[in-house]
Amino acid sequence: MNFKRRSAVLIALLVSCLLVIVGCGNKATTTQPQAEAPKEKIKVAFVYVGPVGDAGWSYAHDQGRKYLVDKMPEVETTIIESVPEGADSERVITQLAEKGNKIIFTTSFGYMDPTINVAKKYPDVTFMHNSGYKTADNVGTYFGRMYQARYLTGIVAGKSTKSNTIGYVAAMPIPEVIRGINAFTQGVRSVNPTAKVKVIWTNTWYDPAKEKDAAKTLLTAGADVIAQHQDTPGPIQAAEEAGKYGIGYNMDMSKMAPKAVLTSAVWNWGPYYVKTVQAVKNKTWKNDQYWGPMSDGIVDIAPFGPMVTEDTKKLVADAKDKIMTKKWDVFTGPIKDQTGAVKVPEGKVMSDQDMLSFNWFVEGVDGTIPK
Amino acid sequence: MNRLIFKLEKRLTPSPAMVFIIPLISVLLALLLGAIFLVLTGEKPLTIYALMFEDSLGSKYGLTETMVKAIPLMLTSLGVSLAFKMKLWNIGAEGQLYMGAMAASWLPLTFPYLPVYLMLPGMLILGMIAGGLWALLTAIPRAIWKVNEIITTLMLNYVAILWVDFLVYGPWRDPKGSNFPITAPFAEAARLPGLGNSRIHAGLFFALALAVILAIVFKYSRWGYTINVIGSSERAARYAGMNIKRNILWVMFLSGAISGLAGMAEVSGIIGKLQHGISPGYGYTAIIIAWLSKLNPLAILIVSVLFGALQVGGYAVQVEGVPAAVATMLQGAILFFVLGGEVLTNYRMKLFGQKGEE
Repeated sequence: MNFKRRSAVLIALLVSCLLVIVGCGNKATTTQPQAEAPKEKIKVAFVYVGPVGDAGWSYAHDQGRKYLVDKMPEVETTIIESVPEGADSERVITQLAEKGNKIIFTTSFGYMDPTINVAKKYPDVTFMHNSGYKTADNVGTYFGRMYQARYLTGIVAGKSTKSNTIGYVAAMPIPEVIRGINAFTQGVRSVNPTAKVKVIWTNTWYDPAKEKDAAKTLLTAGADVIAQHQDTPGPIQAAEEAGKYGIGYNMDMSKMAPKAVLTSAVWNWGPYYVKTVQAVKNKTWKNDQYWGPMSDGIVDIAPFGPMVTEDTKKLVADAKDKIMTKKWDVFTGPIKDQTGAVKVPEGKVMSDQDMLSFNWFVEGVDGTIPK
Repeated sequence: MNRLIFKLEKRLTPSPAMVFIIPLISVLLALLLGAIFLVLTGEKPLTIYALMFEDSLGSKYGLTETMVKAIPLMLTSLGVSLAFKMKLWNIGAEGQLYMGAMAASWLPLTFPYLPVYLMLPGMLILGMIAGGLWALLTAIPRAIWKVNEIITTLMLNYVAILWVDFLVYGPWRDPKGSNFPITAPFAEAARLPGLGNSRIHAGLFFALALAVILAIVFKYSRWGYTINVIGSSERAARYAGMNIKRNILWVMFLSGAISGLAGMAEVSGIIGKLQHGISPGYGYTAIIIAWLSKLNPLAILIVSVLFGALQVGGYAVQVEGVPAAVATMLQGAILFFVLGGEVLTNYRMKLFGQKGEE
């Protein structure tokens, strides 16, 4: 084949390619006018730190988004997933504001400063940052009291362990995670005062293989129930492979490891998203710091697995009732730290500020917090 | 039966026409493959490509953000290219960037009230020294015992990233930050000046200056020639009396220092504090950029901008409902075709039949 003929073939190939592309584009533009343009849509955007399919944190937020679209047909949503928390997030949030989104939910702690920075430039847009502590005129924060659900799952774990060693695969040593471990341990010890909760840090939110390895290490160390503060089902799958029990997080994980999952501590963002968008629509929105209790439905526990006994279910139901009616909360004294020193005296309840900056473990936790 | 033999023959000089045509065709083919994929997943390729272009290179904001993304890519690519020139496989730009960012952050966190004329130069020097020393750590065993630097530089990346994590989760936490894992924000004096309203910062100037300096060094200086000779043939270099050990140490140190500078520029110019995940893998992308640019410093500048655009555009198309994985796949396809095209520029493909028995 000589050069000319080869080029001719190449050119023909290229032209046909271009035709394909143009053709597709045309089809797209002709279908657009057929779409109805009803009254003004409310544009709402979500920024996720992981992929929507992570079966964890971002997935739970996306379920909330779907609930929102379902309940409010006038809402049009945009999502951007897998956005790193460094330099990229500020650009992504800016572009969402630039594209006419009126409410932007940024769903990871690392988006805090970028959200505040972008909010300064777009005073007409409402920003809601998830899990942080900085607000501005048009920036509110929202979170849920997951520790309440963790406490209930702790009761289930405490009743299910035979080795009295429970493993906890934890992402990062930040107050949110530490609070969860402490609440879980309080739950465990309320029904099983001799049990220990062993903690391993993975230093990642989303790494299926690493999370699974951490769980295997805990199983080898004698744990027979694995709890997790991670965004993938890796840890509970490790528990299932070892024939042990696990407690899921973020969403009902029973489908991922049906033989292992006792229950899961779950997020339920949907109703809150509807409430917030409605508040913005009715102009009643305020730049609050919302920390929703279980009685608002933002956190809960998933249905129990078949191996959970009636006796355990009863204990959980009683504790849940106390929390739901706000007669009692998890961090009510006396609470001791790992050295046995009393940190919260009898009859006192920990303040929100203290809970939000937790940096010590309660008695019964076997692990350390890097200082 | 007739068997087809497929052979690659190296061209003596890259075919001049091909140097321009092949990359162009490669990109077009990649876009075509992407288009087919997009059509199959029910998307509109033209709309998506238009959006990708508009949000990265075709609008003022997009362009500035592409440059923001390109700055750390330029610096780390220049850093690794210096080492690659001598066939020192420094895969550790990511870790060197982190160490540079860490050392540069130390100054404003410890002495927040320094005046700007001490603060910024101080951060710059600290960042470069830390990045350089981190690389030197692998250069010493390489120079003395010929310890494979690919392994050591790569492994030290993890150490550096975890070290920064340790600091921000532990001793360097902002005391006013409710125990959240970020350092206190830097004082205004520790922030690199920006360009107008955009997030482009003085790091761009560092990259441009370094590219010119490296281009001159490679082309005209005796030292540049030495590096080249050592890279081409260590034996010839030794025969010519060149000090190989000393050059390994210097080249690795400087290579790391440039990546350290990238880290300093990122925390000082963009993030304004030290935190987990300051780099989404710039140091690894740098390796690809350095190769695609054939270690030419000026080409590195251009290729870095293109990679910046590709990444910025990749996020932008998600607005159209394209999942993140598809955007990453498009980047991969473009890279694959450009690298494949590379082979055709340097090699001639020969197909010929041969009689053979089964």
